[in-house]
Amino acid sequence: MISADLNLILPEIVLALFAMGALLGAVYTGKDKLAQAMVWATAALFLALAFWIGVSGEGTQTGFGDMFVVDGFARFAKVVILLSAACVLLMSEGYMTRRGLLLFEYPVLIVLSVIGMMVMVSASDLMVLYMGLELQSLALYVVASFRRDSSKSTEAGLKYFVLGALSSGLLLYGASLTYGFAGTTKFTGIIEAAVHGHVTAGLLIGLVLLIAGLAFKVSAVPFHMWTPDVYEGSPTPVTAFFATAPKVAAMAMFARVMFDAFGQAIPDWSQVVALLSVLSMFLGAIAAIGQTDIKRLMAYSSIAHMGFALMGLAAGTAFGVQAMLIYMAIYVTMNIGTFAFIMSMERDGQPVTDVKSLGMYSTREPLKALAMLVLLFSLAGIPPLVGFFGKFYVLRAAYDAGLAWLAVAGVIASVIGAFYYLRIVFFMYFGEEQEEALETNRSVVLKGFLYASAFVMVAGVINLFGVEAMAQAAAATLVQ
Amino acid sequence: MESIILFAPLVGSLIAGFGWKFISIRGAQWVTTGLLFLACALSWIVFLTHGPETQHIQVMRWIESGTLSTDWSIRLDRLTSIMLIVVTTVSAVVHLYSFGYMAHDSQFKDGEESYRARFFAYLSFFTFAMLMLVTSDNLVQMFFGWEGVGVASYLLIGFYYRKPSANAAAMKAFIVNRVGDFGFALGIFGLFYLTDSVKFDDIFAAAPALAETQLHFLWGTWNAAEVLAVLLFVGAMGKSAQLFLHTWLPDAMEGPTPVSALIHAATMVTAGVFLVCRMSPLMEFAPNATAFITFLGATTAFVAATIGLVQNDIKRVIAYSTMSQLGYMFVAAGVGVYSVAMFHLFTHAFFKAMLFLGAGSVIHGMHHEQDMRNYGGLKDKMPKTFWAMMIGTLAITGVGIPLTHIGFAGYLSKDAVIESAWAGTQGGYAFWMLVIAALFTSFYSWRLMFLTFFGKPRGDKHTHEHAHESPTVMLVPLGVLALGAIFSGMLWYGSFFGDHNKVNAFFGVPAHAEAAEHGDDHAAPAADDHAADEHGEAKEHVAMHTSDDHAAMAVEHHGAAPQGAIFTHPDNHVMDDAHHAPIWVKISPFIAMVIGFITAYWFYIVNPSLPKRLADTQRPLYLFLLNKWYFDEIYDFLFVQPSKMIGRFLWKNIDEAIIKGGLNGIAMGIVPFFTRLAGKAQSGFIFTYAFAMVIGMAVLITWMTLSGGAH
Repeated sequence: MISADLNLILPEIVLALFAMGALLGAVYTGKDKLAQAMVWATAALFLALAFWIGVSGEGTQTGFGDMFVVDGFARFAKVVILLSAACVLLMSEGYMTRRGLLLFEYPVLIVLSVIGMMVMVSASDLMVLYMGLELQSLALYVVASFRRDSSKSTEAGLKYFVLGALSSGLLLYGASLTYGFAGTTKFTGIIEAAVHGHVTAGLLIGLVLLIAGLAFKVSAVPFHMWTPDVYEGSPTPVTAFFATAPKVAAMAMFARVMFDAFGQAIPDWSQVVALLSVLSMFLGAIAAIGQTDIKRLMAYSSIAHMGFALMGLAAGTAFGVQAMLIYMAIYVTMNIGTFAFIMSMERDGQPVTDVKSLGMYSTREPLKALAMLVLLFSLAGIPPLVGFFGKFYVLRAAYDAGLAWLAVAGVIASVIGAFYYLRIVFFMYFGEEQEEALETNRSVVLKGFLYASAFVMVAGVINLFGVEAMAQAAAATLVQ
Repeated sequence: MESIILFAPLVGSLIAGFGWKFISIRGAQWVTTGLLFLACALSWIVFLTHGPETQHIQVMRWIESGTLSTDWSIRLDRLTSIMLIVVTTVSAVVHLYSFGYMAHDSQFKDGEESYRARFFAYLSFFTFAMLMLVTSDNLVQMFFGWEGVGVASYLLIGFYYRKPSANAAAMKAFIVNRVGDFGFALGIFGLFYLTDSVKFDDIFAAAPALAETQLHFLWGTWNAAEVLAVLLFVGAMGKSAQLFLHTWLPDAMEGPTPVSALIHAATMVTAGVFLVCRMSPLMEFAPNATAFITFLGATTAFVAATIGLVQNDIKRVIAYSTMSQLGYMFVAAGVGVYSVAMFHLFTHAFFKAMLFLGAGSVIHGMHHEQDMRNYGGLKDKMPKTFWAMMIGTLAITGVGIPLTHIGFAGYLSKDAVIESAWAGTQGGYAFWMLVIAALFTSFYSWRLMFLTFFGKPRGDKHTHEHAHESPTVMLVPLGVLALGAIFSGMLWYGSFFGDHNKVNAFFGVPAHAEAAEHGDDHAAPAADDHAADEHGEAKEHVAMHTSDDHAAMAVEHHGAAPQGAIFTHPDNHVMDDAHHAPIWVKISPFIAMVIGFITAYWFYIVNPSLPKRLADTQRPLYLFLLNKWYFDEIYDFLFVQPSKMIGRFLWKNIDEAIIKGGLNGIAMGIVPFFTRLAGKAQSGFIFTYAFAMVIGMAVLITWMTLSGGAH
């Protein structure tokens, strides 16, 4: 019996063993000299696990007394998490090395946070969920302040930690209320407590508190305040990581809690999620306009994108979940390319994040500027690029679910949001010539990710690389 | 062969338009002209060898959409073959003529700008579109050609794009034609709606049924055939410059003169007449619509002729003359004698094109001076042009020997129109209008001749000293057209307006029995040794059947499309009645012509000061005519200014103020306000952030509790 359970969490065990082994090995041997090799090894392991999870495993399996579930939905989320984490690791290696930040703890912490994410998306019990969430968060708090000699970086880590603790408190309070009214922490039990469409007030308040805690993780308004500061202060590769894998994990966890534990109260949480969605979309769009720092800008951008993803969730249907998953996959792909570009922005060896420094970038680096243009257009959701289809799916899901007002609001917000994406394009193509030009960074890896991501945005319009069908299958296992 | 005729001009146009850099401008001219002459030769072969039967030549499948299924195919019958020779002949000679006329142009920098290749490409493109129009097998294809000639006309009127007046004229032509096209398009939609087809055969077969169909629209019930006929005629009015939609034609003279000859005299403007003749099976079932056509045609003929009396620009005189003659054609079509409408179209193409080309030759020789008041005494300086113009004038005024079939082309066709008008309206309004118009035609034509070629040279002395005869390349086309202007009437009189059987045979129509009663005095002239004779005999055999067949035929029409290029209702005896018109009717146009000639001679040769005095004494009338009945001014007041006002209102108040102002207000006022607000909220202090989270949570819980969780 226990072997079956262990078999279920084998990928997580492998990663945990790897993390501990790497930590011990590095401490007793070459320490930071091994860091580079460890990054590559970690990325390779991520890719191998992603492949393994992708091809193995059929149907829904539960273990540890229904506390842990591996289904199509979890597998889809895990594959996206692992792939994006591997990509970000690969991208960050050169950047971190040049700034003396590549400590051997870095890959270890990333691995630990990924384990946390994988637990999050597979959690079928509030306790397990919290365990995964904290494992992930603690690792992220540390990497946020990874640049110890920078006050901004430490500030970012500290802010993240304090606010994260607050959100954990909210989440735990919600969990305890839920436990109090449902008598169990298992999702299967919670959903039975509300089986006749009647949800007690206490359970609802627990639900709202849970949502508040989860919304913090996906940085939905009004629980988003940490995002711009943390994104700006953290080293850029860490920001890239924040913007990708944890978002997918948090969103997947969000969906799982909503459907598996509160599937009987869809109208109740749907309105809350819709409210979060519309607030996030508008705040993300409007606040980003005032930003000159591209990392802060991307923070608001990710807030707005989370608003769109939540729109799919707010629909409360299988198609909505499918749309959300597609949206997240596209979002992650776009962000990897965009951050590859941001990481390559440097002058005199120092990272530059001022948007204006991109003035007339197209004359010096026409190809990179073009790739970035494609990505920005895609982020803005301009057809026929893939980003448009992501938005199209969630808008349709919302519309089909009778949330036409939400879809309309989404369209308006995306129009406003288009401004700041296009502004970057404007600087690149029509802006003022910079006296001190950005260096031409010859990092092949970054370029490769940038071009690949831009290519996906263009070529993906044909069939989205099959993500649509996979997301549909995944959504079907979550929403019966 | 038909496909070659159709596509040779297109090929020429594409080569000249896009490839002139590779084959030189001269090469482009030769390619387009050569292909046009090829098309012309093949057209004559088709005309002379192809019998009267209707033939369908499919080029390709075109549109398949629901029940709309359209071929791209050629409908080859007598109407088509007549139009083929008219279009290709005039087009070919105009191409040739343009070699000389367009050789130098002060509007363009010689050697630097390839205006000639462009010109020839446009001309050939126009010819292609026109052929498309006349060969079409269905209304959609026809509409394609219809719009194609519109575009070509627009491009060529505005050919001198540096002249604001040319641009304005081009736009005017296009916009006024849009009004007509709107009617035409509605007609096509209506026909498709009611017959579920755009093919001519299907529509013709359904025509009798349409006549019994009632349409409910707006406040009343309408007869479907009448409504559709009127709608189609609205399209024809636009294209053929009939009254109320005619204002663009005189302005279209801004284009180069060869264009005026080809498009605005011989071919495009006659497309409306062609349309009415083509739709004869429908028109025959719409007596009120055809009465309207007759009325409007007669009025147009009269109005245009009156305006032509006092115009001073040589091209404008001919332009109003064209408009007037188009009115004649519509009268013939309106009273149901479609063959005569086509006859006049046919002869008119020759002599009118020649008048224009002759005028062009004068203009060319006079260094682009167009005001006739500055001409005079050019007879000796340009003898060949003079003789060409003389032939043209004799043709248009209708000189011939009364009561015989010997005379210039215009004599035969115009008299045929007038006789038909007499028969069709029992000597009513249309007949008298046309006779008066004939008088005016004679007057202004001779006025043009006298002012230009006779008397003393007026105007700029220098210009007159350098006046010269045009080069041969411009005179040869005049000669070719002169042949047509002289002989085309006599040669084909029998086919178009001879006895009933001959006409029916010519157009491939199964003869009606009443044809047997035609009179001897209408025996075909000797010149009419046409190949159709044997067909005529065959049909005569059919005609031997007694009038009992009438009923049978009428029924048959319900089932299948009537055979032949044109269709006349079994009760339509106008042509036979016209043949039996009294002598005074037959000689009335001749008398009108003579009066016009004598008056013009008196006014401009014997007593040249008389016109001036007359204009002074009759000043209001003179100004009324000189200002073209104030049509432009009235339209400007009624349509142009209000449209501009509405446009300005929508632009300034709706677009600029509300839409642009609103969006800018949001984009530059409201959004930045919130942006600043969001920036302020992002204070950087951790307690602010925590506070926001707690507030947010509280709001969510409150909302949840109030909105439905509290059950």
